[in-house]
Amino acid sequence: MHLDHHLESSAAVSADARRPDGTRRALRIGLGGPVGSGKTATVAALCRALREELSLAVVTNDIYTREDAEFLLREAVLPPERISAVETGACPHTAIRDDISANLEAVEDLEDEVGPLDLVLVESGGDNLTATFSRGLVDAQVFVIDVAGGDDIPRKGGPGVATADLLIVNKTDLAPYVGSDLARMAADAKAARGELPVILQSLRSEDGVREVADWVRERIAAWTA
Amino acid sequence: MTRAALLVLADGRFPAGGHAHSGGAEAAVRAGRITDAASLESFCRGRLHTSGVVAACVAAAAALGVDPGQLDRAADARTPSPALRVAARRLGRQLMRAARATWPSPELDALASRFPKGAHQPVVLGLAARAAGLGPLDAAYCSLYEGVSGPATAVVRLLGLDPFDATGVLARLSDDMDRVAQEAVETGERVVTDGVDVLPARSAPLLEIGAEAHAAWAVRLFAS
Repeated sequence: MHLDHHLESSAAVSADARRPDGTRRALRIGLGGPVGSGKTATVAALCRALREELSLAVVTNDIYTREDAEFLLREAVLPPERISAVETGACPHTAIRDDISANLEAVEDLEDEVGPLDLVLVESGGDNLTATFSRGLVDAQVFVIDVAGGDDIPRKGGPGVATADLLIVNKTDLAPYVGSDLARMAADAKAARGELPVILQSLRSEDGVREVADWVRERIAAWTA
Repeated sequence: MTRAALLVLADGRFPAGGHAHSGGAEAAVRAGRITDAASLESFCRGRLHTSGVVAACVAAAAALGVDPGQLDRAADARTPSPALRVAARRLGRQLMRAARATWPSPELDALASRFPKGAHQPVVLGLAARAAGLGPLDAAYCSLYEGVSGPATAVVRLLGLDPFDATGVLARLSDDMDRVAQEAVETGERVVTDGVDVLPARSAPLLEIGAEAHAAWAVRLFAS
């Protein structure tokens, strides 16, 4: 719940577009999706594609380890002070939807400590097809599925597939090996999502994250306009 | 006095970060001290009568309007484990955010200015209770109930304990919670007149030691 209440002191309450000092806060984009679909790989690729042009930070939500944060650190996609890990108590969807306080604090601490930031990527722990982000935490959300998880996922739909601002169908390079029909996945996604965009990507190919990076650039342009 | 506001504040779904914490239960499960409903009940009863009493007294005193800075220092002095102090402040910060959004109040705003990274959770809980129109007894009950419902929920996830058994444990602790809540209010009232030194300093060494060990684990489900 967001009340129209004047907050004199530090710490914004939730989705306010301005920070307590009056400056515009960073755009926050959430990435969710099933375990192993390529959320962390997509975050890493986005960081590499955008870090020269934008001031970036990442919040990871690992379920029981710090592996995702450690992967990003090991890959050196961003300096360590720009990567923060939130612990979720066995419920990744709770931390991004029902009780977003730990994630909001991670985002705000990053802005305080390494800001000003243009963009914060909030990566959910791997979850199921019903996981969505609260609008109090992120301004836009990306749902990442992959062809190896079964080409019937777009048809099955669910809140992530149907309502995310962007649906990524990842690992298209694997389609021939796992018998997934990309055309059918694209058509089913279109049917489930209407006008909402779908991007099929393979991070194995040169500049594989380009289309998603362009989508992020459009969101940034709209946010700062 | 509003009873409905008490239900809002005490609800496990109140979005103040508690879901990520086990109240020491994860460390106790790993150490083999919690294995079933009976040992969960012993663990919760022990927590209730040690760190639980201290937290409830602090919450009641805060709800009576005792200076939060003094209470925060008193809570620090009664929490030997650095990991538990960090967890208490983190949860306090999360509760502060949720309470300010739910029951806007100048007192909570002042607390946020003074402790931007969070005060001990029971201090914030007492002020949240005030902001919600609740009294010290309500604050004490909320503190005590959270202190045992957190571990009970965590053990359902950690051991696959039957959720009905875990809820039965909470029900069997009701009489203890009633008595401790009354005691906390009496102590809180004494703090108003005699200062924070009259707060009890009970602690459970295994909770403190377990928290330090747990904070160093590479793989864990809960933040504390």
